[in-house]
Amino acid sequence: MLRMMAVIPPVFRVIDMLNLSNLRMIAVSALWSGLWAGLLLTAAQSVQVIPTLLQAEVYEEKAAIANHMPADSGIDQTNQQEEEVWQPRNGWERTFFTALANVSLGVGFALLLGAASAFRGGIGNWRNGLLWGLAGYAIFFAAPSLGLPPEVPGVEAADLKDRQVWWLMTVFDTAIGLWLLVFSKTGLNKLFGALLLVSPHLIGAPQPDMHNSAAPVELENTFIVATAAANALFWLALGGLMGLFSRKDLEFKE
Amino acid sequence: MSSAPFLIDNADAQSSRSDVLKDRILPALLAGALGLALLYGAGFAETAQLHNAAHDGRHSAGFPCH
Repeated sequence: MLRMMAVIPPVFRVIDMLNLSNLRMIAVSALWSGLWAGLLLTAAQSVQVIPTLLQAEVYEEKAAIANHMPADSGIDQTNQQEEEVWQPRNGWERTFFTALANVSLGVGFALLLGAASAFRGGIGNWRNGLLWGLAGYAIFFAAPSLGLPPEVPGVEAADLKDRQVWWLMTVFDTAIGLWLLVFSKTGLNKLFGALLLVSPHLIGAPQPDMHNSAAPVELENTFIVATAAANALFWLALGGLMGLFSRKDLEFKE
Repeated sequence: MSSAPFLIDNADAQSSRSDVLKDRILPALLAGALGLALLYGAGFAETAQLHNAAHDGRHSAGFPCH
């Protein structure tokens, strides 16, 4: 037996160590859930999210012309080549790429849901899926939005790197905190979870020195409400579908 | 104490521990890594083309964007 093990190349031993059918089950259900939830999100966005965003862009362009600055379309505002960088044309092309981004985010989030739930023996059914989806909404949308609300283009914000760091920290803390609150058995761990939940907000999100915006405040507020609703629908659909598609519990050797 | 059932139970416990790794933990870690890679590309990558393509999706999801 030992002699045989030594002959098998290490790569095959790694594959043998992994239950491929469980990985495939998570991946396939994530693909389908992400596809449908992403398409649903694209439809939901067309109600208010995208119209608000396009309206804000008009203000942004007006402000850019007034300031003789190129409209914000890329990474570095001082980059002279900025205007030559490809961007999807307004209309179906832009909608197509937004849908593609939504589906990619959907599949990515669904893979994370599948991975996290695997540690609890799978999601089980669509009702549990709604709860997992609700957790995803809290972790990836609600918690970061408390400090960094979704913004329309043309709003001045703090340094991008600082905001990304705070966003990632908040997502990470909220995920661990929520997990401890829900699944841990001891009061001390639950308390630790609650502390993790609130700590990013005690630290506070990075804010710009001056809150300048090309778009009127009403537009900013409409965008927050619209994205909150669209993302809630997206996450509930994503969780519910993951529960539906992965109803069969992960295979375990008895 | 050294009866056969006890020994079998013990062996089962050991094999089920390695099965948890194989059936649950490794597939979950791989799926999670795949998901993070996708989210990075769609939500965080700063390549100008990727940013412009995913622009509206990022704004809608509340990702920090430009």
